[in-house]
Amino acid sequence: MPLTLSGPGIRRLSASGSDVPFVVRVATRNNDNARRADEVLLVDDYTAPSLEGYRAVLVRAPGKSRAYPPDTYLLDARYSYLTDGDVLRLDPPRRSINVLYRRSSRSNALLVTERCDNYCIMCSQPPKDADDAGVVDELLQAISLMDPGTEEIGITGGEPSLLGSRLIELVKALKQSLPSAAVHILTNGRGFARSELAAALGALGHPDLMLGVPLYSALPEDHDYVVQSKGAYDETIRGVLNLKRHRLRVELRFVIHRNTYAGLPMFAEFVRRNLLFVDHVALMGLELMGFARANLEQLWIDPVEYADELRAAIDVLDGAGVPCSIYNHQLCTLPIELHGFARRSISDWKNEYVAECDECAKREACGGFFVSSKLRRSRSIRRYVASVGEEEAERG
Amino acid sequence: MALARPFAHRSAYAPPPGYRLLPFRFGQLDHARYLATNDVGEMVVLSRADVRAFVERRLDPSSSIYRELKAKHFLFDDDARVALDLLAIKARTRAEPIARLTALHIFVVTLRCDHACHYCQVSRQNEDRASFDMSWAHAERALQIAFSSPNTDLKLEFQGGEPLLNFSLIRRIVDRSLELNAAAGKNLTFVIASNLSRVTDEVLAYCRDHGIAFSTSLDGPQDLHDQNRPLPGRSSHAVTMAGIAHVRRSLGQDGVSALMTTTEASLSRAEEIVDEYVRCGFDSIFLRSLSPYGFAAKKGLLRSYSVEDWLAFYRRGFERILEVNRGGRVFREEFATVLLQKMYDPQGTGYVDLQSPSGMGIGALVYNYDGRIYASDEARMLAAMGDDTFVLGSLEDATFRSIMVSDQLADVLDTTLLESAPMCSDCPFLPFCGADPAFHQATSRDLLGHKAFSAFCEKQMGVLRYLIGLLHESASDAGTIMRGWIRSCP
Repeated sequence: MPLTLSGPGIRRLSASGSDVPFVVRVATRNNDNARRADEVLLVDDYTAPSLEGYRAVLVRAPGKSRAYPPDTYLLDARYSYLTDGDVLRLDPPRRSINVLYRRSSRSNALLVTERCDNYCIMCSQPPKDADDAGVVDELLQAISLMDPGTEEIGITGGEPSLLGSRLIELVKALKQSLPSAAVHILTNGRGFARSELAAALGALGHPDLMLGVPLYSALPEDHDYVVQSKGAYDETIRGVLNLKRHRLRVELRFVIHRNTYAGLPMFAEFVRRNLLFVDHVALMGLELMGFARANLEQLWIDPVEYADELRAAIDVLDGAGVPCSIYNHQLCTLPIELHGFARRSISDWKNEYVAECDECAKREACGGFFVSSKLRRSRSIRRYVASVGEEEAERG
Repeated sequence: MALARPFAHRSAYAPPPGYRLLPFRFGQLDHARYLATNDVGEMVVLSRADVRAFVERRLDPSSSIYRELKAKHFLFDDDARVALDLLAIKARTRAEPIARLTALHIFVVTLRCDHACHYCQVSRQNEDRASFDMSWAHAERALQIAFSSPNTDLKLEFQGGEPLLNFSLIRRIVDRSLELNAAAGKNLTFVIASNLSRVTDEVLAYCRDHGIAFSTSLDGPQDLHDQNRPLPGRSSHAVTMAGIAHVRRSLGQDGVSALMTTTEASLSRAEEIVDEYVRCGFDSIFLRSLSPYGFAAKKGLLRSYSVEDWLAFYRRGFERILEVNRGGRVFREEFATVLLQKMYDPQGTGYVDLQSPSGMGIGALVYNYDGRIYASDEARMLAAMGDDTFVLGSLEDATFRSIMVSDQLADVLDTTLLESAPMCSDCPFLPFCGADPAFHQATSRDLLGHKAFSAFCEKQMGVLRYLIGLLHESASDAGTIMRGWIRSCP
């Protein structure tokens, strides 16, 4: 179900309020909690003369205007999904809201920086050279407000390894505050070419940590072109080797588009020969956001056109015992023998289904679409009709 | 959208001019193509013109052959020196299993036998001579040696003659090894190599309870098998069939595996032999060649056919096996599987008879009924012909350590390192091959032999050319079938 997670979303109703951003956890009237100073009360309307210990109040549908206590804000309807336990960053002067964490979601990710030392031609989160020194402090505060029972959380950017020791600090905070959470860090791996960072991360002893590292070819000339940085391939692979030397789990991620699909079989052979110790390989469909949207004509290819290459790559990897998956592909765009490798990989807040999906027999198993995919879709999108033959053909 | 900086064209990331060669070997694959291989078993098939251009540094970096050679680490240029780190990791990985040392320990519990196979390599003795049995004292010393091996895998194999004629000793050895393993904690497996004529319910009950599997001989359909392996008064094929069924009833379908031996009579019947194995419910066959030991050598069977005859037999058997696979049944050829593991598995194969340096001693040890310790199965056969080159010691006084550091073993290992052996060191098939010092000692009185005159080398190259040719035939499904075999290997 698509959601908006950030942008304009609050308007001050009170006469006065904070002129700097702040991080709070959402509480509703039911929540009787001792940490009100770090919480924002979310209600339909608010009539009390004071905040009663809360940091701020968010109102969905105010009645006739009145004198609200300071830091009372009107919440835009797009954020009506917010509920107890969610963690927000409110920026009253900019009238903006940033949903950092939703307690009910399996797709929470911490955006730790927008800087990046790659410049991928299909980047869905184009880098910005902003000064984001304060971001980590805000995230540390947010982590302390998250549900201790959280089961999974991601770290993303930009390039998280640019944080250096602050990245270590973040992972340590996650280990302490969210002891049950599996942590998945998306990184180009280059920062780990220096073994000190890999050593420091390994020394934390996090019980469930995986680093997802993009690699777009067996050859540096191809990979460096896709990430628009000479020397990136060399550093990325050195980073992977260092991470594995320190017993950290690594996943390789290959985004399939017109500039990479032909190299899929060679990539799989290369992984089998040289990087057999990686923990997972994800072959991923394109998300049409950011640079991918800007470069659409150069990048877009209908998945049915690379079915042979995809099949060959999975065959090599699976045959070598490497756990592998296909992400971001609808089942109707894949050969049936690959359906067992497809995962429901799209984050909930940018995930949707289309009309053909309504009566589709495989809807439950299928991950559906990115919201952004409405720009370009495969010609093979269709509903599956349940039949005996199809069930037998499915992989166990 | 306004970009912070524009995207550069692909040409901005092209490799810098000038590449350097990484270590490789090359040679002719067939009349049209060359084969290049490196130390870690990767291979490239290319034209003669491409070989020259490659070596003369004239390859165009945008060409597909350049890209393949670079991805497989036959060349490197300045934009990815991490290639050297990867190559080093692969080389260490491939060499690592050597240090695990001896996993296979063969106990020749008796030389007595009830069959009279023409090609018998152990020069069997008749059943009733008990002086050809191993003593318990020797068996116990052998177990001490076996458990001193640092390998976490230990396979105890019982051979003879017919080992079931001394089943009481097998039982004592297995019991004692399980006792020793309570402290040692190794992965222990047991196999009895038997003609199955002496299999009883009592024997099978013990084997079932102690995880012992059987290996037997099946040379082909009945007339062929009986001709090769005469059994006075009976059909040995019928005995084998009954034995297989009997074993499977107790130990399951996988309780017994089979090996075939090729004789002149087999050469025209490759398809029938494969069909016989399929009919009997096996999922693989090892198409073996005739070895130059034992009665076979005495009777001049070695000269009875040429390597070319055997290669034609192998190809026909292999073709039949591919047909079986196309029909939907996964059925492996074992020799090809060993070679495929050398091509595709990062640690190669543990198959003792195809290693560099040879697997003698460090891969296998044979404890003979008379107390002598041999470096391999073939070494025992050679000794039976009067050549003691590969006797490593005696169960009276040897220890695992004394065997491993002995000059005798060191000489063999030293000489059989193919990377420094004449002709082998230049051969593109080296990573898929191994030393067979017993064969060369038997046929030319030299540990390495002269490869231009070696039937072993001719056979190896014949099979490898054939298999590599099949793997590179894009129109054929043979490659897919073969890669499926190593996928299903444990």
